[in-house]
Amino acid sequence: MALHKPYADVPGTTIFDAEQSRKGYWLNQFCMSLMKADNRARFKADERTYLDEWPMSEEQKQAVLTRDLNRCIAAGGNIYFLAKIGATDGKSFQQMAGSMTGMTEEEYRDMMVRGGRSVEGNRVIGEGGDAQAHRQPQGHGKGML
Amino acid sequence: MARITASVYTSHVPAIGAALDLGKTQEPYWQKVFSGYEFGKRWMREHRPDVVFLVYNDHATSFSLEIIPTFAIGTAAEFAVADEGWGPRPVPKVIGHPELASHIAQSVIQDDFDLTIVNKMDVDHGLTVPLSLLFGQTDAWPCQVIPFAVNVVQYPVPSGRRCFALGQSIRKAIESYDEPLKVQVWGTGGMSHQLQGPRAGLINKDWDNRFLDRLIADPAALAQVPHIEYVREAGSEGIELVMWLIARGAMSDMAGGAPPKVAHRFYHVPASNTAVGHLILEN
Repeated sequence: MALHKPYADVPGTTIFDAEQSRKGYWLNQFCMSLMKADNRARFKADERTYLDEWPMSEEQKQAVLTRDLNRCIAAGGNIYFLAKIGATDGKSFQQMAGSMTGMTEEEYRDMMVRGGRSVEGNRVIGEGGDAQAHRQPQGHGKGML
Repeated sequence: MARITASVYTSHVPAIGAALDLGKTQEPYWQKVFSGYEFGKRWMREHRPDVVFLVYNDHATSFSLEIIPTFAIGTAAEFAVADEGWGPRPVPKVIGHPELASHIAQSVIQDDFDLTIVNKMDVDHGLTVPLSLLFGQTDAWPCQVIPFAVNVVQYPVPSGRRCFALGQSIRKAIESYDEPLKVQVWGTGGMSHQLQGPRAGLINKDWDNRFLDRLIADPAALAQVPHIEYVREAGSEGIELVMWLIARGAMSDMAGGAPPKVAHRFYHVPASNTAVGHLILEN
């Protein structure tokens, strides 16, 4: 019997379970390596060479190089690990989270100041809320960090 | 004998720490957050504990995917403040209580809860931001702290039911410790938030406030709420709120005592991506 995954139908959301963790093990561990200052310096000097030191898939490396965090998550990345890439780039958590919504930083910040994203229409895939697939992108952002 | 005098609950948003450290607390945006903690800081001075048993989660700081402990109790004499990529926060190192922590570990493991014992771990914003919120900027934390880290990084996190029962076991452990220490149990993290995907920025004020109502009045029933409800209603990262049930389970009324006094309750949106919640319950 397969593992029960009741969270598979939450829109705009990827739960970091054992399957995602297996898929993303080296992507996440690469991110972890950026907690050391000298690794950050080496990565910034030549990202491709640094990435090639890790047994990551080409898709994972491209996701990192393009700073497409949604693509990183689909490839098994976990946001707390991906946040180390953000810190290396000097980006805040708000900038990182906003980049995954297709909004600009200002649009995302304004949404938060207005009370955040509503849960209405965003609980189950197939509803009409702004986190649903057919409503993307949500603003004028690049979708990249 | 040691006793639990109160439980304290608070969000541990990293941006709150950054605002404090960079001197932004007087900005209008941040004043709306920090004003909610003025009472708590005064209350802390009047109700100074000897030890805080601080329940929090590590955010891929001390634990990578190499080791993922469900419940990790810090039994060391001290814990360094972590460098999360911006240099360590300019806050004091954390002084532990190895004797009480080991006593709790032994008692709780004997009570059939499987804890991981940790003697070396740096503590990240999950632990230090609550300390900053309740104790302000200081040269030394005014009490000893036992860090208790819960896995909320890889699904499944422990259930609300398990967290609540663990809290009850922790209370028994503390009350069987010989020294007459005043101990507080803190539950941190939350409230509703989602940091990933197109649904990033999710906030659910109604669900959060119902959570606070139920945490106060009927935590045993709240402990039965399944993870999927937290995820759907409060965001993928809102799952952190199960940790509050550890602190609540440790209060006297969950062992037949009188209901706690609600000394303070505060809620505000936003602090960066997150809904800020804060509660103080006195035994």
